[in-house]
Amino acid sequence: MTTTLANTGLDLATMDRRAVNQTLQEAERGDFTVLNPGGAHALACGLKSPIDVTIKGHAGYYCAGMNQEAAVTVEGNAGTGVAENMMSGTVRVTGDASQSAGATGHGGLLVIEGNTSARCGISMKGIDIVVGGSIGHMSAFMGQAGRLVVLGDAGADLGDSIYEARLYVRGKVASLGADCIEKEMQGEHRAELAELLARAGMDAGADEFRRYGSARKLYHFHIDNIGAY
Amino acid sequence: MADYSETPRTIPRKSATFDDYTLSEIRRAAATGIYDIRGGGSKRRLPHFDDLVFLGASISRYALEGYREKCGTDIVLGDRFASKPLHLKIPITIAGMSFGALSAQAKEALGRGASAMGTSTTTGDGGMTPEERGQSRHLVYQYLPSRYGMNPDDLRKADAIEVVVSQGAKPGGGGMLLGQKITERVAGMRTLPVGVDQRSACRHPDWTGPDDLEIKLQELREITAWEKPIYVKIGAARPYYDTALSVKAGADVVVVDGMQGGTAATQEIFIEHVGIPTLAAVREAVRALQDLDMHRKVQLIVSGGIRNGADVAKALAMGADAVAIGTAALVALGDNDPALEEEYRKLGTTAGAYDAWHEGRDPAGISTQDPELSRRLDPVKAGHRLANYLAVMTLELQTLARANGKSHVRNLEPEDLAALTVEAAAMAGVPLAGTNWVPGRGPGAY
Repeated sequence: MTTTLANTGLDLATMDRRAVNQTLQEAERGDFTVLNPGGAHALACGLKSPIDVTIKGHAGYYCAGMNQEAAVTVEGNAGTGVAENMMSGTVRVTGDASQSAGATGHGGLLVIEGNTSARCGISMKGIDIVVGGSIGHMSAFMGQAGRLVVLGDAGADLGDSIYEARLYVRGKVASLGADCIEKEMQGEHRAELAELLARAGMDAGADEFRRYGSARKLYHFHIDNIGAY
Repeated sequence: MADYSETPRTIPRKSATFDDYTLSEIRRAAATGIYDIRGGGSKRRLPHFDDLVFLGASISRYALEGYREKCGTDIVLGDRFASKPLHLKIPITIAGMSFGALSAQAKEALGRGASAMGTSTTTGDGGMTPEERGQSRHLVYQYLPSRYGMNPDDLRKADAIEVVVSQGAKPGGGGMLLGQKITERVAGMRTLPVGVDQRSACRHPDWTGPDDLEIKLQELREITAWEKPIYVKIGAARPYYDTALSVKAGADVVVVDGMQGGTAATQEIFIEHVGIPTLAAVREAVRALQDLDMHRKVQLIVSGGIRNGADVAKALAMGADAVAIGTAALVALGDNDPALEEEYRKLGTTAGAYDAWHEGRDPAGISTQDPELSRRLDPVKAGHRLANYLAVMTLELQTLARANGKSHVRNLEPEDLAALTVEAAAMAGVPLAGTNWVPGRGPGAY
């Protein structure tokens, strides 16, 4: 196990992806800057220590996938599945993210300062996601746990077949998916939303949002619900 | 009026189309308004390995002495890209079955039995349990669409990773685990409310198509330092193309699961009417590997209805590198044991037909989460039974290999086989017995 203390530059123009990822995966602490990412896939994935990583440019698919404890910032856009299955830590994208951002994430905080494409937070299992812009269709599909906060609009079929994930949207929702309903905003919800917005560094008031979640009518198979599928 | 009392009459005749089973299903559907759900694989008669025979030794094939000359059975899986491929002592592995669908005792027993024989077992939907990891010398970690219980620590603990695209019992179908099996422990591992009817997605949440899959495999390799073999499992739907695309995506191993392969629970109509038989899938998968010049470089594991050493030997002769067993392994543990007939009767079924695995009332303590029922299965004794069964299958496999003059089971080849039916000849690509005819290839073409 190597330990790196100072800010270390890792240049993909001169190093291959395996070497960059291996350095980050084996580091126990320290600050790292990844240069010339060039949209490379699977960058900074599988990190498992509280290190800080800044990627200077656009990242491809699965950036920061399965992250544990690390704080990863993409100074640019991110491809499909950014922070997929994240367990803990923080991932921030200063630009836009493609589809399936934060998919199946179990924990940690994912912040997208721009927009995301379809299926943001699909099958989320405890992750918190804050999106500064808008999200695409089928977001939070089968969302099991965690919070999804959207400062912009949500695409069609938001929260389809949702379990216990909690959704907060400031803008318009094109349509709600099966078994997803609007729910009353109570004090506890405003409090957790304000805390999430603060952690994400987003300037918005909790009172501006509406809350959505599961009607729990599809938790058990029943012939009367057949029209919902 | 004419007197018909002495006129001979035909006996009552039931319809072959509307047979007793079909009639009972119509009545059940009419009464409940919902489709039938069950466990297991296809139960109908299908072309299978029974429709093939080995030719054995002859003047041109020199047999090996059964008790004196060695016949190797070991296999290496995943040496295409992985730095730590699996070295198994036998080419018979245990297929993926989840904790949740099965009791913790059953999972532990599978690990014990497989480890005793130097082979691998596989997790399932819902993650890895400590019992399973602890008792499994070689453990394959499934990466499924639901990602229930998926975490990088367990990924790194695994000896191989199996990306599940689909299952033979239900290619194109997601999973389901009904509420009675979603206990506190199962729910906790899957991040679900206790007691819900759990649905599993039928597609992966973050990749679509072979180009995405290639990148996904790269991510999994990066997270595990390119050490672990990566399998891609496909239900037998379009095995030629799916095998080719798996190879293109970078798989070390391709697993092809035919329609006889079991599931914990899905619709009866799905099990019986989607996908193709195992026999039909093997040849197509092998052909894809051969066309890409990747046969034996990417290993092929075949599953779905493997029951004995003859099935294993025939799958290997057709070009597979190994097989996986699921249903047969459960039977070895004690599933559907006639000794439990009285209890099966109470459940409205009979030993040998019990398939309500989703209901969680398995008297054998295997497909249940009920603590009392689960305790009935002694994982040590059940694991020993599985090891015995695997040992017998291996001996049978060696017997057939030696009879065909092979010093290692991997040397079995299509030329050792003949088909008993035209259908099997066409599917397996071997001649109809007593002829040199392979349907579709013309006379004399091998």
